[in-house]
Amino acid sequence: MTIEIQNISKKYGNFQALHDINLHIPSGELVALLGPSGSGKTTLLRMIAGLESVEDGIILVDNENVASLHINQRDVGFVFQHYALFKHLTVFDNIAFGLQVRPKHKRPSAQTIAAKVDELLALVKLEGFAKRYPAQLSGGQRQRVALARALAVEPKILLLDEPFGALDAKVRKELRRWLRKLHNDIHVTTLFVTHDQEEALDVADRIVIMNKGKVEQVGAPAEVYESPVSPFVYDFLGNVNLFRGRVIDGQFSFSNQAETTNEAVGYVRPHHIKIEREKTSDAVISATITFIHTIGPIWHIEMRRDDDTYIEVELNKEEFLLLNLQVGENVYVSPKEMKVFIPEDFSI
Amino acid sequence: MREHKGIKLALIFTMYGYIILFLLVPLLFIFTKALEQGVAVYLAAILDEEARSAIRLTLLVTAITVPLNTLFGISAAWAITKFDFKGKQLLLSLIELPFAVSPVIAGLMFILFFSPSGVLGTVITDFGLRIIFSVPGIVLATMFVTLPFVARELIPVMEAQGRAEEEAAISLGANGFQMFKRVTLPAIKWGLLYGVILCSARAVGEFGAVSIVSGRIRGMTNTMPLHIEILYNEYQFAAAFAVASLMSLLAVITLFIKVWIEHRTHTSTR
Repeated sequence: MTIEIQNISKKYGNFQALHDINLHIPSGELVALLGPSGSGKTTLLRMIAGLESVEDGIILVDNENVASLHINQRDVGFVFQHYALFKHLTVFDNIAFGLQVRPKHKRPSAQTIAAKVDELLALVKLEGFAKRYPAQLSGGQRQRVALARALAVEPKILLLDEPFGALDAKVRKELRRWLRKLHNDIHVTTLFVTHDQEEALDVADRIVIMNKGKVEQVGAPAEVYESPVSPFVYDFLGNVNLFRGRVIDGQFSFSNQAETTNEAVGYVRPHHIKIEREKTSDAVISATITFIHTIGPIWHIEMRRDDDTYIEVELNKEEFLLLNLQVGENVYVSPKEMKVFIPEDFSI
Repeated sequence: MREHKGIKLALIFTMYGYIILFLLVPLLFIFTKALEQGVAVYLAAILDEEARSAIRLTLLVTAITVPLNTLFGISAAWAITKFDFKGKQLLLSLIELPFAVSPVIAGLMFILFFSPSGVLGTVITDFGLRIIFSVPGIVLATMFVTLPFVARELIPVMEAQGRAEEEAAISLGANGFQMFKRVTLPAIKWGLLYGVILCSARAVGEFGAVSIVSGRIRGMTNTMPLHIEILYNEYQFAAAFAVASLMSLLAVITLFIKVWIEHRTHTSTR
C-alpha cells in the first residue's frame, strides 16, 4: 500500500513541529525517517498512525484519505519505542489482542486465532514463549512480541517508532538484520523512525532525512550518503571535516582567513583524505599529527592545522602501515573527494 | 547511611508502644465495654429497631456515595493523567478540598444552600423535595467528605502507567470501552479497590458533616455514628459500645482487606 503525504504541517502552541511535508512512499518499501531529536519524525509517524490529529494537509494510505478515519479503523500496525506490551497479559494474549477485540461478525474463531498466534510466534522466533508474561522477556524478545502483535491484525502499513532505541548495540544489530529479512518475506509497506544513521543506512530501501520539521532529502542509502544535498545531511550521515575557502570561476580553493566574497565550505569525509609526507602542490594543507588510535580495522588519525582547527582522517590497516605515521609528525593532506556548499546566509 | 542499632531499636519500640497505647488498647476497650453486661444486652442493643434503622441508613448512604465517587474518581484521574489542559493543577487542588475543609463546615455549607430558608431552599420546597434533615442531605454531605479518596489513589497509578498501552490497544482496533476494560482497568484495579475501600470506610464512619444535615430523627435520619452518640448521651454505655464495636469490626475488616490488597499489588508488580 502506498502512503502519500501532501502539505502536512503541525503546530503545538507556538512550536512548528512540521512544515509543509510532501512525501510519496511506494508500496512494499522499507523506509527510514531519519533525523535528530526534535526534527518532527516521530510526530509525522504518529500522524500517519492517527495518534496525532491532522489539521493541515492530507494523508492518503492506499489512495484513501485517512485523516477522517478513527485510528481503530485505519489498519495500521504501530510498534512503540518502549514496546507498550500489555503487562497483565501473556505473550499469547498480547498477540491475539487485535483479533479478539474485533466486532463479533468479523472476529475469527478461537482456533483460528490460536493458529494465527502460533504462526506469528514462529515468524518472530518465539515458539514456546506463548505463556510467558512481558516481564519475563528480554528487551529484544519484547520488541519481537510487539511486532508480532502489530502484524496479527494484518495491517496495510507498519509503523515503527525507534524500534531498536532501547536495546543494547549487539541486539540492535541482530534485530535490524532480522527486520530486513522479515520485510523481505512479508513485504508490507513499512516506515520506521530512527536517529541512528547507521541503522537507517543498513536497513532501509529509502531514507527520508528530516531536520527542524522539514524534509531535507529523500533517497536510497547510497544516494543520500554519496550525494548529500545540504550541509546538514552531509554532517548528519557521518563524520566530516570542514575546509573554509572560496569559489572563483567554479573552482574551490582553500584559504585560512574568513572570506568576504565567494565564501564556500568544503565537506570531506575522514576516509576521503590523502596524507603525504612531501608537499606535492599548492593545493595541500599542512598539519601536525596529534593523536592516533584504532577501532578494529580502522585507524583514526587526528591532526591540527596551523589555524588550530582539527582534521580527522581514517585509514585502513594497509594504508596506515605503508605510511607508518607517528604522533608529532608534520604531513600534507588533500581531499580525494569533496562536496562544496555555499553558505546561504553569509554576512558581508 | 550507616545504621545506628540503638536509634533503630528505640524508634521501633517507641512507635509500637505509641500505637498500642493510643490505638489498640482503646479499641480493645470498646469490645470489653460492649460485652460488659453480657451477650444478651449486646445483641439487644444491636437488634434494637432504632439501631437496625441506623445500620440500614448507613449501608444505604454508603451504597449510593461509594459508586458515585468511584465513577467521579476514575473520570477525574483519567482527565488529569491522560489529557493536557489548562486548569489541571486547579482541578487537582479542588479534588483535595474536602480534606482541607472541616466536615462541620461542609455540613453548614449544605444547610446554607438547601435548607428552606437557604439559597436554593425555595426552589427545592417548590418541587416538594426535602434535602436537609433527610436522606438526600446525608448522601450529599457524605459524598462531599469522601470525594477525594478514589481519585487520589488512582492519579499516581495512572500517571505511572502512561498512555502508550492504551494507544497500542486503540491502534490494534479496540474501541474506547474495550480499551478501558481490557487495558486500563487491569492496570489500575488494585489502586482502584484500595481507593474504594478507603472511601467506604470513611462513608460509614462520617460524623461531623452528617450530624449537621441529618437533624437526627430517630429511626429516620440517624446513621450509625449518630446513633452511637445519642446512646452515649443517654448514658446507655453498653448499647453505645455495642454499636461502636460493630463499626470497629467493619474498620478492622477494612484494614485486613487493605493489607491484602497491598500484598497483592506488591506481588503483581514484581
